[in-house]
Amino acid sequence: MSDFHNKMAPASDRPAVEEDHSPDAPLSIHDLTVAYHRKPVLWDIDLDIPEGKLVGIVGPNGAGKSTLIKACLNLIPTASGKVQVYGKPYGKQRSLVGYVPQRESVDWDFPVSAVDVVAMGLYRKLGWFRPVRKKHKEVAREALERVGIGHLADRQISQLSGGQQQRVFLARALAQDATLYFMDEPFAAVDAATERAIVTLLQDLKGKGKTTLVVHHDLATVAQYFDWVILLNMRVVAAGPTEEVFTQENLRKAYGGKLSLLAEAGHALTQADRG
Amino acid sequence: MMKRNHFRGLNRAMLIGFVGLLQQQMAVAAPREFSSLQTRGVEWPTFEAIWEVITLQQYNTRLVVTSTLILGLASGLVGCFLLLRKRSLMGDALSHACLPGIGIAFILGVTLFGEGKSLAVLLIGATVSGLVGVGSVLLIRNTSRIKDDAAMGIVLSVFFGAGVAILGMVQSMPGASAAGLEYFIFGKTASMVFRDFLLLSGVAVVALICSILLMKELTILCFDEGFARSQGWPVSVLDILMLILVAAVTVVGLQAVGLILIIAFLITPAAAARFWTNDLRVMLLLSAVIGGVSGWLGAGISALLPRLPAGAVIVLMAALIFFVSMIFGSARGVLRRSLSMRRLRAKIGRQHLLRAVFEIQERTWRDESLRPINVPISYQELLHHRTWSARQVKRLVRRGVHEDHIEATDGQTLRLSESGFGEAYRITRNHRLWEIFLFTHADIAASHVDRDADSVEHILSAEMVRELESKLNMASMPESPHEIARLKKEMV
Ligand SMILES: Nc1ncnc2c1ncn2[C@@H]1O[C@H](COP(=O)(O)OP(=O)(O)OP(=O)(O)O)[C@@H](O)[C@H]1O
Ligand SMILES: [Mg+2]
Repeated sequence: MSDFHNKMAPASDRPAVEEDHSPDAPLSIHDLTVAYHRKPVLWDIDLDIPEGKLVGIVGPNGAGKSTLIKACLNLIPTASGKVQVYGKPYGKQRSLVGYVPQRESVDWDFPVSAVDVVAMGLYRKLGWFRPVRKKHKEVAREALERVGIGHLADRQISQLSGGQQQRVFLARALAQDATLYFMDEPFAAVDAATERAIVTLLQDLKGKGKTTLVVHHDLATVAQYFDWVILLNMRVVAAGPTEEVFTQENLRKAYGGKLSLLAEAGHALTQADRG
Repeated sequence: MMKRNHFRGLNRAMLIGFVGLLQQQMAVAAPREFSSLQTRGVEWPTFEAIWEVITLQQYNTRLVVTSTLILGLASGLVGCFLLLRKRSLMGDALSHACLPGIGIAFILGVTLFGEGKSLAVLLIGATVSGLVGVGSVLLIRNTSRIKDDAAMGIVLSVFFGAGVAILGMVQSMPGASAAGLEYFIFGKTASMVFRDFLLLSGVAVVALICSILLMKELTILCFDEGFARSQGWPVSVLDILMLILVAAVTVVGLQAVGLILIIAFLITPAAAARFWTNDLRVMLLLSAVIGGVSGWLGAGISALLPRLPAGAVIVLMAALIFFVSMIFGSARGVLRRSLSMRRLRAKIGRQHLLRAVFEIQERTWRDESLRPINVPISYQELLHHRTWSARQVKRLVRRGVHEDHIEATDGQTLRLSESGFGEAYRITRNHRLWEIFLFTHADIAASHVDRDADSVEHILSAEMVRELESKLNMASMPESPHEIARLKKEMV
């Protein structure tokens, strides 16, 4: 299968990863193709994510970043290919995986408090029919402390600001106590302080040897935040260590002729060089 | 939305024609035993009759009212999840889709057993066709590009229409008395045998227990489907379980409430409960209680006034509770919102006034190098201190006098009372500490600031307060009240 692709595709179009998958990579994606209504959105994604890395997923709007995450989590059907977590199908490794969805994906007017939402991260461990108890709430409160909003634990979620809601989602993922995290745009519409808090948290996770995949839009900070990058535009344009992969050339391939974005990217690169 | 209303309008039109027809056909056969009280032949119930119903003295009333109460508890609980999953219209489609099942079950009953009015058989028919209806909605939605609401509108109308047609045919079936079937549309406190009571209450209790057991699962389904799926919860199974619970409540409610109105009985208690709380557990409990109370009251009233269809009365009871909740609800009620807004305004107004007086006094102390004493200030000074109108100032001062913070000596000047002086000092200090905090700690401030808090000490650490105080520029306050009293005397 892999050989076939190697022969078919021009070398420059192939993702910058080795074709033989390592059996214990936190996440390995084999020739994944995803389609909505018969329109393919992701083509032949083939990736191994190394352990303990903070990975940025970057690409233009509609590139399929959210789709990639959803496909990894079995949230949408795939047309072909498979996804493995530590060498086993996702379905068997759920307890190792944490997920931070896009903030807009839920109704924040729901009658629950922040700590209730965070406790949802423990539901799977609890299993069917078993109710949330005090000790679980304690775990949830600790997670909220870790993201710096412990004092808002009992507030109804609609009375939180957008950045605070984002932190609630992060705390829920922390409560899951996973080793592989997927985060869809955790930096969307948060202020500098929250962004810094989230970055600290991500570094913290990395320090504990956890692997985190983060959809990120701000090209200016990619080099600063992530040690691994996946450049995506319906296919993997490039993937690998940031310094190798996050280049002008690759960005042009990912973003095409979108000039303003290219200018932004150029700016980002000069900044990255300086930094 | 337009589409939905259109369909519903159609239903109502069909329904009115249909019911008229039934009434003509059954004028002769109208059973008298449908209400325990009808036989008395009185329009308005006597006091004893009311008492009898309230205390459930009659066996039949007892069965009917109790079963409706249990039904109400179950529908209140299940309705919460239906509301939070935003599937109200699905519930409506489900209940309307029950009608053909009732007709078909009746025909089958007559042809197989010679008797069609076994409640169990009718309700099984209703359940099956209700679920087939929901299945059709999902099928239409998943196989075509037709949207949810349109699919539900189509199914709702087609199934209901088919049901009306089948029931029309049933009326003319030889040798079968189909009288009473039409009560499934509007609901009626019918007489009830103990077997039926056990069946209905049993199903309702099972639905009740299941929704309590599944609380956690249904909560995560309603709040964040994607996350639930990523954790491995079988989302479609949970959705089906929820619809089965809805079907159970619907079917149990068919007789008492009727299939047209059952959706109101599912949704209204939940919507009413939402006004009282932001906590799902409390909402579930309240909603169940509201459902139970409206079921109990509705069934009771309808037993007293047999001309009133039970379903309508029950739903009106729930609606009444809904409106009361909407106005008085302690979490999101209209009154509560405007009250707390007014209270907040009054509080801010008072703080502004006291701080203004204090700041003007402070200026006087500085200008005339006085010790901090409670000097009188003029209205004019006060008026120019902030952008507020003379009327506003007057109102605030009047309230200040009323609260014993302000002493208006004559029409021209005013000063602080003893307690007002302390309060003004406290408020000004608090305000300034917050200002300093926001200024020096802008990076962390936003998430910590609750300037409405009575004092910074409640929010910030003692250490932080000390740090802020070191930067505070404020006339020191005479600590003891006696001191103030002495200063006051000196002033006079
Ligand atoms: N539910 C859906 N049905 C049909 N097409 C979809 C659906 N969701 C996404 N798509 C299409 O798939 C493509 C990729 O979408 P995706 O949400 O993965 O992009 P993204 O990279 O996350 O974009 P963004 O940066 O805007 O979040 C888009 O062209 C989008 O139109
Ligand atoms: Mg996206």
